[in-house]
Amino acid sequence: MTQMEAPRIDSSRIAEVSHGLDRSEVESRERVFSVRDLSVAYHGNVALENVELVEIRRRIGMVFQKPNPFPKSIYDNIAFGPRVLGMKGSLDERVEQALHQAALWDEVKDRLKDGALGLSGGQQQRLCIARALAVEPDVILMDEPASALDPISTTRIEDLMHELKRDYTIVIVTHNMQQAARVADMTAFFSVDVEEDGSGRRGILVEYDATTKIFTTPSDKRTEDYVTGRFG
Amino acid sequence: MTTAVPTSLAGGPRRRVWRNRLFQLAMLSCMFVAFGTLALLLADTLITGWPELSRRLLTGLPSTVPGEAGARPAILATLYLGLLVLVFSVPIGVLTAIYLEEYANRERWWNRAIEVNIQNLAAVPAIVYGILGLAFIVRGIGVGRVVLAGGLILTLVVLPTVVVASREAIRAVPDSIRQGAFALGATKWQVVWRQVLPASIPGIATGSILALSRAVGETAPLIMVGAITYVAFNPSLFGPYTALPVQIYNWTKQPDPGFQTLAAAAAIVLLAIVLSMNAVAIFLRNRYRKQW
Repeated sequence: MTQMEAPRIDSSRIAEVSHGLDRSEVESRERVFSVRDLSVAYHGNVALENVELVEIRRRIGMVFQKPNPFPKSIYDNIAFGPRVLGMKGSLDERVEQALHQAALWDEVKDRLKDGALGLSGGQQQRLCIARALAVEPDVILMDEPASALDPISTTRIEDLMHELKRDYTIVIVTHNMQQAARVADMTAFFSVDVEEDGSGRRGILVEYDATTKIFTTPSDKRTEDYVTGRFG
Repeated sequence: MTTAVPTSLAGGPRRRVWRNRLFQLAMLSCMFVAFGTLALLLADTLITGWPELSRRLLTGLPSTVPGEAGARPAILATLYLGLLVLVFSVPIGVLTAIYLEEYANRERWWNRAIEVNIQNLAAVPAIVYGILGLAFIVRGIGVGRVVLAGGLILTLVVLPTVVVASREAIRAVPDSIRQGAFALGATKWQVVWRQVLPASIPGIATGSILALSRAVGETAPLIMVGAITYVAFNPSLFGPYTALPVQIYNWTKQPDPGFQTLAAAAAIVLLAIVLSMNAVAIFLRNRYRKQW
């Protein structure tokens, strides 16, 4: 079985985003940016193909599977977003606040000028979350944010998500069902349809509901098979 | 139960062990052929030129008497040429590389044609650029046989090298950095200017300086565009000039053996200039080591 994913949607504000997370048709390299190839409803009716991509990316933060800090100092990593967007206000305060929000401040406050690549993997990932928070996005997408991390770092990221979901809508893609059950309020199960004529594969949204419902009494047979571990 | 020691352990080396040593020896001798020759050449130049390596050579003006001749105009002109090449080739080369790597659509045939031809241009003999320069720069737009013309032609000679080196450096920047920057709402230009370019500076600097030291050592195109041999005054941007390699070449043609010594001494000066530029390249590479 290929491309089985159990994304989880925390929809305090924008549940509609979930319907767009059909990534399977998008080339892997382009997938982050080719939002235009997806049909996503954002804030109701706005079809993304008519929206300035730069503006959309600025509103929807993204945390990648593999931590990807810039080869610059910790400070400059956070400051990059506010700088390119020309955000008003004190940059120092903004950096400090973002690092506080990402629960990284105490660990790095004495070495803000040090290179970000000297941080551990878990710290790098929290730095990337802080970087996303610094530009005050509406939604944060997390694409398997903990899959490259050890269990302790994973726990910290998950704790952080519980903190952040009070202020932000977080959309996380994960293959880890326990993780989905731990962090999500709402869960969507995606699968893939293989065309009979071999013309390709199509991502489909199988089921979208409250997390407890998905994991205890799913309405679709395929969801049930997946959450009970019959495949995947 | 006893374990028998294999007899081969006690005996002498087997054939494959000998073969191992043989090839090691073969590779070592190849290295000596390559570097031994070079070392001999260098040593010979140093020994021949040493007596004439004086302040007069660096600061004096050329003369028909070997004992009074210096190479100041040639040395100055070579430094000017180097500077001009740097000023022209780096911005043009780097921007071309950025366009080809970050903006050009490979689906379009003209972009592919440019890509293929930049590789070819790097292989074109320098004398061909000299002819081109003579026709278009010296006579065509009427710059004349001046330092500026020489600088422009040497820029053409090394531009493909700068472009190729810069492209390599830009391509080595991981996509994850671009994606991270895009994800924060940066525009394409901001991603390139603030992330990709700074990250590729070490590679670009190294490649550019190596190209520059090639330009400084070029003789053929400069002869074509009239780096004249006897210049008894300091060169200026729009004045006639000679360059160090041209000066060396001309001194070796003189019948008086004193000039041969002088040529060797000037060669040492040229080597010193080129080697110190390479040293800067190595320094930059180590200083701004790749961080990913």
